[in-house]
Amino acid sequence: MESIPFEHGLMLAATLFCLGLIGVMTRRNIVFVLMSLEIMLNASGLAFIVSGSRWGGADGQVMFLMILTLAAAEVAVGLGLIIQLYKRFKTIDIDVLSALKG
Amino acid sequence: MFESLGWLPTFPLLGFLILFLSGGGLPKRLIAVIGAGSIGLAFVAAIVVALPIISGDAEVIVHEVYTWMAVGSFNSAFGMYLDGLSVVMILVITGVGFLIHLYSTGFMIDDPSYSRFFAIMNLFVAAMLVLVLADNLLLLYLGWEGVGLCSYLLIGFWYQDPANGYAARKAFVTTRVGDTSMAIGLFLIFTQLGSLDIQESMALAQGEWGLDSGYAVAAALLLLGGAVGKSAQLPLQTWLPDAMAGPTPISALIHAATMVTAGVYLIARTHALFELAPDVQLLVALIGLATLLIAGFTAMTQHDIKRILAYSTISQIGYMFLGLGVGAWSASVFHLMTHAFFKALLFLAAGTVILSLHHEHDIFKMGGKWRQLPVAFASFLIGSLALAAFPYTSGYFSKDEILLAALELEHAGFWLWLGGVVGAFFTGIYSFRLVFVVFFGESAGHHEAREVTGFSMAAPLLVLMVLALAGGLIHVPTESVFAASEHGEHHVSALMHSIMIAVPLLGIALSYLFYGSRTLSVERLMSNTIAQGLHKFWFAGWGFDGLYRRLLITPYVWLAAVNKRDVVDTAAGLLVTLSEAGNSLLTRSQSGSLRWYILSVVGGTVLLITLGGVL
Amino acid sequence: MTLLWILLLLFFGGVFAWLSEMLDSRLPRWIALLSVVATLIPLMQLYGSFEAQRDSLWIIEFSRSWIPSLGINFLLAVDGLSLLLVGLTSFLGIIAIGAAWVEIRDRVGFFYFNLLWTLAGVVGVFTAIDLFLFFFFWEVMLIPMYFIIAIWGHENKRYAATKFFLFTQFTGMLLLVSLLCLVYFFTIQHGYLSFAYEDLLRVEVGGKLEMWLMLGFFIAFATKLPSVPFHSWLPDAHSQAPTAGSVLLAGVLLKTGAYGLIRFTLPFFPESSMKFTPVALTLSVISILYCAKVALGQSDIKRLIAYTSVSHMGFVLLGIYAWNLIGLQGAVMTMLAHGLSAAALFSLAGGLQGRLHTRELGRMGGLWALAPRMAVVALFFSVAALGMPGLGNFVGEFLSLLGVFSVSIWAAALAALGMIVASVYSLWVMQAVFQGARNTEEAQASLSDLDARELSLYGLMMVGLVLMGLFPNVFLDVSAIALEHLSSASDAFVAVRERL
Repeated sequence: MESIPFEHGLMLAATLFCLGLIGVMTRRNIVFVLMSLEIMLNASGLAFIVSGSRWGGADGQVMFLMILTLAAAEVAVGLGLIIQLYKRFKTIDIDVLSALKG
Repeated sequence: MFESLGWLPTFPLLGFLILFLSGGGLPKRLIAVIGAGSIGLAFVAAIVVALPIISGDAEVIVHEVYTWMAVGSFNSAFGMYLDGLSVVMILVITGVGFLIHLYSTGFMIDDPSYSRFFAIMNLFVAAMLVLVLADNLLLLYLGWEGVGLCSYLLIGFWYQDPANGYAARKAFVTTRVGDTSMAIGLFLIFTQLGSLDIQESMALAQGEWGLDSGYAVAAALLLLGGAVGKSAQLPLQTWLPDAMAGPTPISALIHAATMVTAGVYLIARTHALFELAPDVQLLVALIGLATLLIAGFTAMTQHDIKRILAYSTISQIGYMFLGLGVGAWSASVFHLMTHAFFKALLFLAAGTVILSLHHEHDIFKMGGKWRQLPVAFASFLIGSLALAAFPYTSGYFSKDEILLAALELEHAGFWLWLGGVVGAFFTGIYSFRLVFVVFFGESAGHHEAREVTGFSMAAPLLVLMVLALAGGLIHVPTESVFAASEHGEHHVSALMHSIMIAVPLLGIALSYLFYGSRTLSVERLMSNTIAQGLHKFWFAGWGFDGLYRRLLITPYVWLAAVNKRDVVDTAAGLLVTLSEAGNSLLTRSQSGSLRWYILSVVGGTVLLITLGGVL
Repeated sequence: MTLLWILLLLFFGGVFAWLSEMLDSRLPRWIALLSVVATLIPLMQLYGSFEAQRDSLWIIEFSRSWIPSLGINFLLAVDGLSLLLVGLTSFLGIIAIGAAWVEIRDRVGFFYFNLLWTLAGVVGVFTAIDLFLFFFFWEVMLIPMYFIIAIWGHENKRYAATKFFLFTQFTGMLLLVSLLCLVYFFTIQHGYLSFAYEDLLRVEVGGKLEMWLMLGFFIAFATKLPSVPFHSWLPDAHSQAPTAGSVLLAGVLLKTGAYGLIRFTLPFFPESSMKFTPVALTLSVISILYCAKVALGQSDIKRLIAYTSVSHMGFVLLGIYAWNLIGLQGAVMTMLAHGLSAAALFSLAGGLQGRLHTRELGRMGGLWALAPRMAVVALFFSVAALGMPGLGNFVGEFLSLLGVFSVSIWAAALAALGMIVASVYSLWVMQAVFQGARNTEEAQASLSDLDARELSLYGLMMVGLVLMGLFPNVFLDVSAIALEHLSSASDAFVAVRERL
């Protein structure tokens, strides 16, 4: 069976990561920032799987499973925080939410 | 029971301890008994130990109490050494000291700090005895500093007046300058000779240091510094006139009879060293000469009865220095003793005058008091005669010997003699100026004078009068101490001798014309500006005080005040400022904008990766 | 075992004092006093057997394995030098507790806990001969002292405490780095790890690096001493600390610096210390003269005394770098005598502050009439501080100067000027506080003289100073043997001294 070249998989992961990064950097809506973060996490998960299959080891998949759980936890906590923020400040614009400024 | 030398300082020390620990809680009569009695016992002890030496049975008595300090090669004992020289000193200290203590029991009776007074006086006598009995220079230094401390405490005895405190501190600090010089001298002597024992180090010095060797000159100069400070000689003489702020018996005991002559004692004690450095010895003579003249001029212009006596003390110690400088060791010690008699007499008499006139010090506000104050008048008359070296009084014999010895010195001898004779002329003037102004003429003040007497005050005066008159007949047993270095009989022409007798008389006569009969007028003399200027200059003690104030005190105080906050601390302050600046810089980067943070994280990562690639 | 007991007494005494506050707020001070007094008993025994060090290096040793894999052992030992200083620590511990007796009113238990732990740290510093342990104690004494200043201090206490902490901590790091380097060199040269004092004496570093390591040690100790230019923490710390804190700070903490120099810096790095001598002598002369001058300008009585402390500790530095027994003995004697006189002066200043609620000299004056006993006591200690023969400080300063004179005449002569300036400021303080006209402020009207507790404390110190002044050999004999051992501690040290 002809497999997809390993470089392609990595390329895809890098592209996804950059897209997510750009999203984090440019979006002002905190929900979108969170979504972009998810994309970045999944991109790195993809990179793990690809490299795992390249070397024929199970480590990549193990790491992906961990990232998956981590992402799930993060979304749960993050969304909870966002709801609290919205309740308190009536906005989800991160430029406005700068109360933690040092 | 008194054979041991250790008893001598013990009695006054015990007196001090009892008075100190009782904290002033004893009745005055008991304080007087303890205060004066301890000195009386010390006097008895002094006679007991002195007898063998005076009678010639023994040359020295040595007594080592214990080893004071022993570190490696350095060893200093608490040891005592009595020879002809220290015999004179202990007898003067305890004898005159006892008389003055006795006088003080009456003089100070109304003072609330009666106990404190006697406590410190006793401590002083103890320290002074240690000073003259010490067999090594370190122990001598202990006594030396101890008497300085007591002097400080007693000058500032009436501490409520800041001026007294100032005078006390001035005295202490000024003498400390000399003391420090002396301490360095001690370091030098020990480092070079390996011993501070006086007899041993003098013998070693004669053996190891040649005549005029650098070490000898340096050591002699450094010790001279100490002597000059303690004995109020040029250039450290300025403290003594101010020291008159203390009660008058203090001035008699410390600032006339004993402590201020400690410098003379030190030089006489270490005469072997000075003989190795003839230039320094000549310097001693010159210092003495300059001091006796300068102080003589100043004494003629003062108004305060005690300041006149203070300058006269400086001047008389100048004579002693002159004597030391020309190698007339015994004569100087002799003059030290007679001076102790007549100057103590004068000061105690001045105390009586001051007390009788309700603490009046200005002689021009006294006048015509000889009827009201007969005892004081007699004392003053006798004291002044001795001071002016009136023939056959005690001062005459001792001053005579010094001047004759000066005359025999080669080269400078005649000039030293001449200076001394001129000084004697001034002595005649100022001493009798005092007598004429205070006791004759019209009564200037409206004081109702009633002489304060009583046994305790009159008896010491009487004894001292006898001593001031006849003290010249006492033989000073110092031959064995200075045997190697002294000349025998003096041979001078009758002319010189008669000059020496006549000059003080001339001074007295001149004084009479100005202040007694008023045939010559001081006012006319003072009418021109030069005379006024000179008077002002002399009155201010030749401007030494002003000079030191401008040169040393003001700059030092200014420096201390201007650097109150300690410049070194600014370095630490700089660190604080720096870290605060760094803090505010970094705070600015903490903008609170999440996107800015992410951007800097990404930027940083990219930068690191690039750097990793480049390297 | 004896040494461990002393430490444990102090450590556990501190803990019990803290706990006992729950029962009664008067209990902590009694427990603290008892545990400090109890340390005197073993110390007396040790003093009785000080001759024992003639045969061995130490009078008594204690050793247990601690962290063997790193070559760290729990080594304690005393010789004559440390015995004297531990004795001073215990003695001043009693004085400090006496000074705090009524002054400290809140968090009493925690105060005595800190006090005893500071003492324990100091005792540890004087007795530890494993360098790791030494460093441990060096830090232990620092932290409770920080709390003493920061919690029970006066108006500007945070600043002072932090400054004190930072100065000591930063220079402590230099010490640690130098120490680790030294251990590293030992491991290379001898093939095993060890922090033990006697092992480290055998290290030969050499060259520029030795100079740097020596500087690391020197700066740490010179900051504690303190010497110009590392002294500026001291006036702040002293003026803000409570009386007991000042007593410990001036009396014993400063002495750890001098102890470090004598015990470690010189024997570890003889070669570079020798080269460094002119600098050290210059620093000490500057300390003596400069700080005496700054002292005269102060209007805060505690700051003034603090500066005089720096000035007097200059004589210690001077004596240490004289490189001979006389100078070293002078340094030791100055440490002991200054410990008493400075502690007494700080207590007096504290007593004045407690009575008048001010430390400003300008608001005092004429107190002699109101408090004659206090005046006499103050006079005694001022006079002691200015170096009156017959009292301990004179013996110390005289021997220091005498020792230095044979090395550097100029250093000795200039430092001797310190005796003049010392008399200037000492007498000025007496004048400003006790003499002169009465200050008419109300607080002075009800000024009370020293009470029995205070009198007995000062009496103890006065007897101590007179004893030191008239019978210095009671102390000097104890340290003499130790200092002789020390001077032959390592071959390099002997070689350097022989060149003198």
